[in-house]
Amino acid sequence: MPKDTGIGAATVRREDVRFLTGTGEYTDDITLAKQTYAVFARSTVAHGTIKSIDTSAAELMPGVLAVFTGEDFAEVGGNPAGWLINSRDGEPMKEPKRPVLAHGKVRHVGDAYAAVIAETVQQARDAVEAIEADIEELDAIVDMNAALSGSNFVHDEIGTNQCFDWGWIEDNREATDNAIKNAHHVTTLELVNNRLVPNAMEPRASIGSYKASTGEYTLHTTSQNPHLTRLLISAFVLGIPENMLTVIAPDVGGGFGSKIYHYGEEALVLAAAKRLNRPVKWTADRTESFLTDAHGRDHVTKIELALDKDGKFLAFRTDTKANVGAYLSNFSTATPTFLHGTLMAGNYTVPLVYVNVKAVFTNTAPVDAYRGAGRPEATYSIERVIDKAARELGMDPIELRRKNFVKPDQYPFASAAGLEYDAGNYDALMDKMEEVADVAGFAARRAESEKNGKLRGFGVNAYIEACGIAPSNLVGVLGSRVGLYDAATVRVNATGNLSVMVGAHSHGQGHETAFPQVVAEMLGIDPAVIDIVHGDTSKIPFGMGTYGSRSLAVCGSAVVRATEKIINKAKKIAGHMLEASEHDITLADGVFSVAGTDKSVTFGEVALKAYIPHEYPLEDIEPGLEETAFYDPANFTYPSGAYACEVEVDPETGKVTVERMTAVDDFGNVINPMIVTGQVQGGLAQGIGQALLENTSYDENGQLLSASYMDYTMPRADDLPMFAVDHSQGTPCTHNPLGVKGCGEAGAIGSPPTVVNAVIDALQSGGKDVTHIDMPVSPARVWEAMQ
Amino acid sequence: MYNFDVETPVTVADAVAAMAAEDAQALGGGQTLIPTLKQRLASPSTLVSLKGVAEMQGITRDGDSLRIGGATTHATVAADGSYPALSALASHIGDPAVRNRGTIGGSLANNDPAACYPAAALASGATIATNTREIAADDYFQGMFDTALEEGEIITAVSFPIPQAANYQKFVQPASRFALVGVFVAKYADGVRVAVTGASNEGVFRWTEAEAALSANFSASALEGLSVSADNMIADLHGSAGYRAHLVKVMTGRAVTAAS
Repeated sequence: MPKDTGIGAATVRREDVRFLTGTGEYTDDITLAKQTYAVFARSTVAHGTIKSIDTSAAELMPGVLAVFTGEDFAEVGGNPAGWLINSRDGEPMKEPKRPVLAHGKVRHVGDAYAAVIAETVQQARDAVEAIEADIEELDAIVDMNAALSGSNFVHDEIGTNQCFDWGWIEDNREATDNAIKNAHHVTTLELVNNRLVPNAMEPRASIGSYKASTGEYTLHTTSQNPHLTRLLISAFVLGIPENMLTVIAPDVGGGFGSKIYHYGEEALVLAAAKRLNRPVKWTADRTESFLTDAHGRDHVTKIELALDKDGKFLAFRTDTKANVGAYLSNFSTATPTFLHGTLMAGNYTVPLVYVNVKAVFTNTAPVDAYRGAGRPEATYSIERVIDKAARELGMDPIELRRKNFVKPDQYPFASAAGLEYDAGNYDALMDKMEEVADVAGFAARRAESEKNGKLRGFGVNAYIEACGIAPSNLVGVLGSRVGLYDAATVRVNATGNLSVMVGAHSHGQGHETAFPQVVAEMLGIDPAVIDIVHGDTSKIPFGMGTYGSRSLAVCGSAVVRATEKIINKAKKIAGHMLEASEHDITLADGVFSVAGTDKSVTFGEVALKAYIPHEYPLEDIEPGLEETAFYDPANFTYPSGAYACEVEVDPETGKVTVERMTAVDDFGNVINPMIVTGQVQGGLAQGIGQALLENTSYDENGQLLSASYMDYTMPRADDLPMFAVDHSQGTPCTHNPLGVKGCGEAGAIGSPPTVVNAVIDALQSGGKDVTHIDMPVSPARVWEAMQ
Repeated sequence: MYNFDVETPVTVADAVAAMAAEDAQALGGGQTLIPTLKQRLASPSTLVSLKGVAEMQGITRDGDSLRIGGATTHATVAADGSYPALSALASHIGDPAVRNRGTIGGSLANNDPAACYPAAALASGATIATNTREIAADDYFQGMFDTALEEGEIITAVSFPIPQAANYQKFVQPASRFALVGVFVAKYADGVRVAVTGASNEGVFRWTEAEAALSANFSASALEGLSVSADNMIADLHGSAGYRAHLVKVMTGRAVTAAS
């Protein structure tokens, strides 16, 4: 097999042909016979008591088939949180019910309290305007400090706005406090990790359908994980037996986390489809996406770093308030805790870490995992405070980091935040970064910028993330209510081509290209004959989907295991065909041979034999060639990296321009370097977006001020420099068969602190006494900071 | 969107007649109006499209005056080049789709407080011609989204005296890329005019102190010592009133430097 097609080849993405020619099939492209349309009535106030909802006029409107309110779902279950967090005092977190439609109260702007089903979207929209809802507005709870101190509650039944008060690692609390009290130097930084709106290009959409003759439901929906969605709907919300519900996530136009979760609209279209015995489609408009997609980040943190006189880190201590919004989204409790606190040792040998996180309910859209999910928050806090410490101590920020790095001979390394890092080489990453970013040439570039009246700054960052989510046994101990394995079925068809059914879902990650590269490499065949099947629970094994940079590390490992089983069985068949022991059969370049002889059969001949089993030892080998494997990882994977950013600041306007951005990442082994580079580039764009542009702003009444692209700034091509991306310094993961770590989130994790560090460096170089600016570092904020 | 009728007149007279319908609304390129309709924030009974009115199309130069038909797109103005600063301004409105649909008459009739064209019209002392009269720019702009246009009145053309030197500096609001502050400076034989968009709660305005200083000395240094009051400046999530006031001076200086 030519080496330009298997593992390590920069094969172009086969799925891009349909994406780029407009022939992809997204949920909204699907029209089922007799399809109807749902439109939701959504709250215009952030917090209010539903006194009454009069739907009588709406029901009489042309084309209207049904109107639903929260009353219709009062008896069904709520959409649950997938992770149980216990507070420091041992009390379990507060879990108020998240209903399909708001019932009793509305809790954020956009909270749906009714839905109209009609023959057309226009008719449904007209009827929504005819619903008379008497909603008594209550004071909105927006600010987290006010939420924690007040007596006005988002959920009255729990009598508090605090979901939990979590400590990690609680046993280290006192020692950490003492280390900070007695340290030679303590650097303190208060910062905000700004709330982000995910803004997938494709808004959420769902079609519910029901077959009265069999009682089967089908949900087409924009999901990153169709089995998880099915599980949530079946086991918690509507009680539809899992074997009576098929969930299909066809082409999905980006998720970034926001399409992991089950949303009430999905349950509504299923329930409505049954009542009407007709398919019901709902497609969000962009405003609905802004108001109701689960947002990301929104942490307010105080971090302290204790150092000795030589700059050795002694302890990190953080105090974080994490906004969970109005309801608990499925992984909203895991994101600020186990995806955040466990990373608070960073790449460093620091002996003590203590993290306190208070999760807070507010009258805002729910907040959950968004590209990086907890790890960007951890990295931002750590890497900003390290930068500040370097400045306070007059140390070089790169040297200070190097002084505290875990060294290559220390693996496996037990971090002070409770993880066991299996492999890495942070100094090698930093070396490569210094080379690629041309750190040596910075002084000359700064001089050039200054000649043009600009301030130039250099920012650096070292990050680590925990990906390949996740070992089920470990996360079970930590509170997860689900397992986090994945699954694959490799089906060799009689004519020698393959269908590989995977639990991971591809919505931009390139699985349809990368997974065949793995199978082709193992079998020695052309990847073009291998097709990936994903996204349909009736076709694929039970997988947990795509998030947390897990697809290749977890599902890809399942693909490897299933392919190994295929090879083992194929060797048996080949042995029979060649009248040799299976143990003497070798596989190379798609040909099975008897070692030491010239006897051989091709992979295709073996496949045919499996399905036309004439002269076949049925007593020893079953016909067919199809194998399934479930893979549950032994540990997280730990991608890491060293990033650099150079910015120019216009001192007159405060405008920041990113001039250079360098990302050197350790993703372990790389299957398709082109796809990896693309993933990093996308992550960098989102990270720079968070650092400089994206500002999710609620006013004191809980109105989202940045609810459209007129006010919410997505990064555009001309906001970004050409990126320098390098992944040559990989240290293979030690516990999965491919040695891979995951690359989907790295760019979004590593870049925000790098950019902000560079801005602060630029301002300091201009003699401005500015030590911190909260993201997004907008021109106005920079200018205000300089005054 | 709610239902509405569409009229497609080919003469100004027919357009004016069509505008007599109750709740009729003129449609230029629709780059503001159509999104507004989609959001159900307006419900005109009839849209009167001005796109097909031949006498409102195109650009003609008469000596030092440039007449631009009201239905002329930004892209056409951008490509013209007779008034370089105006063409440069047009070339930075929105994106290619906006520039190929949006029209100068539509922009001036809407008078968005952050739009670019009002600054050019006011700084150039342009004349806005309608189906009934000619209105001096100084009389035309009457505040945020407010103009001297009467009900049913249509901008048929805009005439710009071409200055000796001019430049427009736009500091963009990062999301919309409208002007957070935009300053158009135009130097004529009888003096300098400076118009500011994006900054004020009153919409586009002339910075008369700067005009006086620059008329005496057309150099950025002439602005030293001047300051812009933050009173009545727009404050929003993209910048405070004080920041906008500061930017007015910075952008004015840059425009003068670029024009000199």
